[in-house]
Amino acid sequence: MTDRREFLKRGAAAAAALAAATAWKSTAGVALASAAPAPLASELPDDDTIKDLMLAALDAARSAGAGYADVRIGRQRQNFVFTREQQIQNVVDTDSIGCGVRALVDGTWGFAASRNLTRDGVAAAAREAVAIARANRIARDRPVVLAPAPAVPNATWKSAYSIDPFTISIEEKADLLLKANAAAMKIAGVKYVFSGLFFVKEERNFASSEGSFITQTAIRSWPLMQITAISPDFSDFQSRGNVVQPMGRGWEFVLESDLPGNAGKWGEEAAEKLKAKPVDVGRYDLVLHPSHLWLTVHESIGHPTELDRAMGYEANFAGTSFVSPPEKMLGKFRYGPEFMNIQGDRSQEGGLSTIGYDDEGVKPADFLLIKNGVVNDYQTTREQALWLDWWYKQQGREAKSHGCSYAQGWNAVQFQRMPNVSLLPGEKEIGWDEIVADTERGIAIIGDGSFSIDQQRYNAQFGGQLFYEIRNGKITGMLKDVAYQMRTPDFWNSMDMIGGKKSYMLGGSFFDGKGQPGQANAVSHGCVPARFRQVNVINTGRKA
Amino acid sequence: MSRPHRLIRAPGEDGPLSREESQRIIARAAELSKADSVQVQLQSAHSSNTRFAANQMSTSGSIFDVTLAIQSSFGNKHAVVVTNDLSDESLRQAVAQSEALAKLAPDDPEAMPPLGAQQYQSVQAYFESTASLGASDMARAAMTALEPARAAGDLQVAGFIVKGAGSNAIGNDKGLFAYHRNTSANYTLTVRTADGTGSGWAGADHPDWSRIDFEAVSKRALDKARASRGPVAIEPGRYTVILEPQAVGDLVQLTSGYIDARSADEGRSPFVKQGGGNKIGEKIVDERVTILSDPSDAQLLSQPFDGEGFPLGNQIWIEKGVLKKLYYSRYWAKNKNATATGAPQSIKMMGGSASVDDMVAATERGVLVTRLWYLREVDPRTILYTGLTRDGTFLVENGKITKAIRNFRFNESPLFMLNNLEVLGRPERLAGTEAGGDIVMPAIKVRDFNFTSLSEAV
Repeated sequence: MTDRREFLKRGAAAAAALAAATAWKSTAGVALASAAPAPLASELPDDDTIKDLMLAALDAARSAGAGYADVRIGRQRQNFVFTREQQIQNVVDTDSIGCGVRALVDGTWGFAASRNLTRDGVAAAAREAVAIARANRIARDRPVVLAPAPAVPNATWKSAYSIDPFTISIEEKADLLLKANAAAMKIAGVKYVFSGLFFVKEERNFASSEGSFITQTAIRSWPLMQITAISPDFSDFQSRGNVVQPMGRGWEFVLESDLPGNAGKWGEEAAEKLKAKPVDVGRYDLVLHPSHLWLTVHESIGHPTELDRAMGYEANFAGTSFVSPPEKMLGKFRYGPEFMNIQGDRSQEGGLSTIGYDDEGVKPADFLLIKNGVVNDYQTTREQALWLDWWYKQQGREAKSHGCSYAQGWNAVQFQRMPNVSLLPGEKEIGWDEIVADTERGIAIIGDGSFSIDQQRYNAQFGGQLFYEIRNGKITGMLKDVAYQMRTPDFWNSMDMIGGKKSYMLGGSFFDGKGQPGQANAVSHGCVPARFRQVNVINTGRKA
Repeated sequence: MSRPHRLIRAPGEDGPLSREESQRIIARAAELSKADSVQVQLQSAHSSNTRFAANQMSTSGSIFDVTLAIQSSFGNKHAVVVTNDLSDESLRQAVAQSEALAKLAPDDPEAMPPLGAQQYQSVQAYFESTASLGASDMARAAMTALEPARAAGDLQVAGFIVKGAGSNAIGNDKGLFAYHRNTSANYTLTVRTADGTGSGWAGADHPDWSRIDFEAVSKRALDKARASRGPVAIEPGRYTVILEPQAVGDLVQLTSGYIDARSADEGRSPFVKQGGGNKIGEKIVDERVTILSDPSDAQLLSQPFDGEGFPLGNQIWIEKGVLKKLYYSRYWAKNKNATATGAPQSIKMMGGSASVDDMVAATERGVLVTRLWYLREVDPRTILYTGLTRDGTFLVENGKITKAIRNFRFNESPLFMLNNLEVLGRPERLAGTEAGGDIVMPAIKVRDFNFTSLSEAV
């Protein structure tokens, strides 16, 4: 599930006083881990030293009895700046460095992480990982087997950024935000503005007992703004938020997003929401903008096609999947219309999940999860690929990982996480305007808002940022208190128009939560505008 | 200056930092500081977990990490640098870096002067026997679910066992020093029937591992899975609902995100008074409802200070249905000539004496809910949330549980719900809330709970 609350919680904690102000709690381990990225103070050791440390960890794991081991030495830095109205709230730089070792002993996993980057420190972590795996042997039912993957003995990769945001001064960042705030505050009715910039830089080093050595650098950027308008008699307040989608790019993306230039328009939208007409409940044709639809793709296609969910491995927290069991779904289950194709990949430029090699050293593939409307594949790691051996054989394909292994940092164990999952464009080169013009009676929705979906991904409810009434092919006015409820296969099968290549854009989540202990992943979803027929719309403006 | 004494222990010693160790590191940061003031937060945590699913061990791990956050201030300018490296060199650089950033930062006109020395309650939430548990203890605990499930043949279990020991210290160069350490143990289990039609959940949480009855939690989830098999669909709509403590907590704890006095005074909160101001002193829910945050409550045992080192006592937010208190930051308290409250670290709703069985026995027709899932804000003006029931939803007829039913989506506000209160049960410490934290809630029975659609999800 994608979790902006998590972000706000962290942001608020940082803004309140110091980062990670919440009480320490084991069940909230993720909050500590992610809020903890550490300092500009220490740098990672040089490449030769890292390689030496990784070899020491692998040796220690092997000597202790591991049949397979991998080690990750990483550094994660975060930088965030938060403002409200005409003042700075906080400036935070975080930095975390350490080493995580995963060991497979007699078919059972163990993992241990240490912030002590010495040969003794990493070897101790490796031995502890092996000891944990051994302790768990009594509870093993069947051995873990990894699908073959070629060793990658010497590889480097860097994400698509041209300006490293960590080289931009705090003054420049604050100045941009305060300018944007001022532009929004000029709009009548706008009383409050929150804005922020959030940057992540990851240096990831990977080595495995099978001979891989990989070094990668990735940057992610997220400009944020929330503008609130309040009615003069205090009877209503409305906000416009989620104005820019996060991307796997650098400072150049922040400049392109032009917060100061767009803030006035966003402010007007917030003020207009106060005067919008409450929606009449009923069934409507929905025209969904990519800035909104990406989240519906994420929740109703991205999560249910995770193979670990489908096989029950996430049952105790995130849930299972209605796209299960695979033998009844692959090649058989109709998710949507013939023209619906959903791609999984970690290769789209600027995608949040885009990476050269995954956390098992596998070069990720581009693959179709849904092909011509029918379930065609799942997201996999090396452990999972063999579970679908029969299907890949039938298809004349090799059973190999799609490269979906990811850990949020050195201090978390890697497991299956979502690649970029995207709705591919249709053949006809049409866009938003053409779809609206073709719609007789409907609602157009822009931007992502409230979202909730059940633990098997059948029943969902989505809000949005901006809602417009469509009558006879024209937008006739703004609506408010709109949410739609849907059943996943019915919803996707009701899709009857989609945009072409020119209308394709990336939306995404900076914090997508999964696993126990919880880990955050960042993921993008390419999307085109699309129309859905006769969807159930409710009015959320209840008073009692 | 000679090289200072060793600031932290050798590799391998990975328990939480002691009060003395924490004090020493914070004092060293203060010594290095050239700013008008410096505030330091130092956290450490050693956490071990065991995870199983599909009747099989999956991933397990052990992590020790620390977080050192240094905030330097020059007048109204401030910035924070966070590191996980406690070496003297790192400390020196983190202090210098936060000073450099703070000097460049624009003024924060709401910056408050640093706190001086404070008095704190002492909360005993650290249990040595929990801190020293090993991986084998945890694997054995997992067997309380794995063994019966494998033997049954028609059940699949997925569970998570996690225990930890941690410390949190906050101090500055003006005399402030707060320290708290705790252990924790948490077990949650989901059992699904092999035919995919039933699912049951149970959990337990306590700072002391020995207080968790693993056998009992496993049995409860196993029984619930069997009982929930083959659910039937009933129409969505307004129902009398019995919510188990976990389900109550899932919804009621959300109110803690809305108790900021400033938001209410600014006109953007459910606690805005018509025409301006906030609703303190107004009756907002049923008169039997009292909600508080008390670090030393025997069921809560939470940290006795907030993220600024502000001391926390017993804070009563809602008393007998009346809104008594909202959260005032130090800045907003000064601005409004009110008293700063500190940010709560826990939440407890007081209860009555009824058991869930009593509530079922006294219900003609209603729905029994085990827990709620994927709660998301729909309308901040009313704390209206949507979400779904999960892992054990049953129909109650004529004082008995008569059948398993399909899950519902709801659109409901804890404020509306607590106005429709019928019966209060005994408060329990919760294990499975989405946001985590020390939370204690009673089971309750309410009328007119708003289920808006059916879900096929099991």
